[in-house]
Amino acid sequence: MVQLARPSTQDAPELRLMAARRSVVEHVREISRFRELVGMLVRKELTVRYQHSTLGFVWSMIQPLFLLIVYSVVFAILRAGFADFAIWVLCGLLVWTLVSTSLTTATQSITSNASLVGKVKFPRAVLPLSSVGAALVHFCLQAVAFAVILAVTRHDVAWSYMWLVPVALLTCAIVCAAMALLLAPLNVYARDTTHLLELLVLGWFWATPILYQYERAASWFGRQGFGEWILLVNPVTPIVITVQRAIYGTDTVDDLRLLPASGPAWYLGVLLATAAAWGVVLALSLRAFDRADIHLAETL
Amino acid sequence: MTLEAIVVDGVSKSFRIATEPTHSLKERLVRIGRASYEVFHALHDIDLTIDQGQTVGILGHNGSGKSTLLKCIAGILTPTRGRVLVRGRLASLLELGAGFHPDLTGRENVYINAAFYGMGRRDIDRVFDDIVDFAELAQFIDEPVKHYSSGMYVRLGFAVAVNLDPDVLLVDEVLAVGDEVFQVKCLSRIKEFQSEGRTIVFVTHAAETVRQVCDRAIVLDHGHLVEDAAPGPAIRIFREHLHGQLEPGRAPSRGQDAIGDVRVHHPHEHERRHLLPGESLTIEVDLRVEQPVARPVLDLEIGDRTGQPIFHVDSDALGQPLGRLDGARTIRIEIGGVWLLDGEFPVSLQLSDRTTGEVIDWRERVTTFEVADDGRADGTVALDVKIVE
Repeated sequence: MVQLARPSTQDAPELRLMAARRSVVEHVREISRFRELVGMLVRKELTVRYQHSTLGFVWSMIQPLFLLIVYSVVFAILRAGFADFAIWVLCGLLVWTLVSTSLTTATQSITSNASLVGKVKFPRAVLPLSSVGAALVHFCLQAVAFAVILAVTRHDVAWSYMWLVPVALLTCAIVCAAMALLLAPLNVYARDTTHLLELLVLGWFWATPILYQYERAASWFGRQGFGEWILLVNPVTPIVITVQRAIYGTDTVDDLRLLPASGPAWYLGVLLATAAAWGVVLALSLRAFDRADIHLAETL
Repeated sequence: MTLEAIVVDGVSKSFRIATEPTHSLKERLVRIGRASYEVFHALHDIDLTIDQGQTVGILGHNGSGKSTLLKCIAGILTPTRGRVLVRGRLASLLELGAGFHPDLTGRENVYINAAFYGMGRRDIDRVFDDIVDFAELAQFIDEPVKHYSSGMYVRLGFAVAVNLDPDVLLVDEVLAVGDEVFQVKCLSRIKEFQSEGRTIVFVTHAAETVRQVCDRAIVLDHGHLVEDAAPGPAIRIFREHLHGQLEPGRAPSRGQDAIGDVRVHHPHEHERRHLLPGESLTIEVDLRVEQPVARPVLDLEIGDRTGQPIFHVDSDALGQPLGRLDGARTIRIEIGGVWLLDGEFPVSLQLSDRTTGEVIDWRERVTTFEVADDGRADGTVALDVKIVE
């Protein structure tokens, strides 16, 4: 053992333990010291994505518009769906794009930055977290395009539910961050996490009421003897139904029996429960990430 | 009062080396419970304290654990046992421009790169111009770095790292890259750092850089710390470990036998074997290289009876570069006055390549010369001493 007999002077910085295990709080504090890096990485991800296209960011706005047209035409021909079905689908689809791009890009965030992870010391959690951040910014751009669509089509939104949308987004960020922190290091140890995730995302899509209505699925589960709440175990469901409730509209929703005919308080409750549960998962993910972090540089 | 800048406390590091690498889930599942890896001990119980303001070289051959030690100090690798403590802001230059994104401009990459070292946007704003000046890239800074030459890339990476205002700077082999002008610039920047009292740790196998820059050197061999001393003795130990045990007179050489016959002449060699203090001496060295060397450097070291070096110089330090070396050539080195006292003095020679830092060949105690003093003074150096009053 090296003896550290000499006391340190007042103005000199303290000796600091390198590569120490952190508590969740310390980990969060360290990440927040690097928040500007997260901001720069988000910008970088978006810049790189649109750099070589002439339309740039406009592409992210064209996508929802195009989807709107496709769904309107297809479902009109099939005579499936209901009034303003395309708007309904878009609500869910935008949220779903946020979730699936977050997870797909975050999973590869560490493996694709291998050279950096092995050469520079920084809290590696910023890599998956900035993938989630980039997806959020991307979502906001699409939301602007969506708002324009709503305005142009003179679609009525449910203003009394609108304030829940930021809460839903925050919940979504928590869920995505928790999953991202688990998937990214996992992909370092087993590269086929990427492929596994593709399947997971596909299955998860159909487990979320995006192309079908929540109430129909819930009542089916109810008839099978499950609780209707079982759908809400999927953390994306509360987020999606809140956005649908707020955007899709005031009167039509209850008439068509698409969504739970409850007031904003019910939606808030479900969101908060999801956020709380996934907040715990997020803390556990940070802890797991910290443990995996120790061997990341040498495994890559 | 000197404080420790770096404390390496009983650090061991071992890696699991998979005998058959598994990167897929299937292979992992199939092999659960069956250990298909070997444990490789990269570092064994290293204790090391580096004080603030020291410049320390870590010498070792490939696989000696020197880079592993540096990465443990940097906090990139976590020691298997033991701990590392560092005082102040640390910057590691393990790879210049690590993480530069080819599609982003120099400016964007500078910001992101510096942010990875924990700098905020405002801190970077303040030093941004210094970075660009140092890298000499003012007109290209808004070009994507994929259009940069490798030299420009390296310059920008180095410029970011040295402008981070680190208290402790870790450098791994990076000075071997880049053109000569830039290398000189890097070295002078590092000397500036030294004068500012910052702590620097160098990893290299270029012994000459250590001799030039460091005031202390440690030698690693197979993960063990085998020497911790001044650069001179440490370099000697490093060579012994690199090349096996020394045979007096003719040490085994590395790679090529570039240093051939070495002859010692002095004006009175036909009358007597020894020379008198102050007489001149000529050393003739036959050199032969298989591949041309653009910037060869010849080192001359003279030791005393105990083998301690008493004099060292190289052709660059003399201001007489050898010029391109291709095939065979004989170099004559003249020592105008050998002001030494009694004894047999061993001569060691080394030929290296300045551009790569690689030691091409070295000969420890390749020959000796003898000085006989008829006076009554003793010691090593002959000084002209008189009592005047």
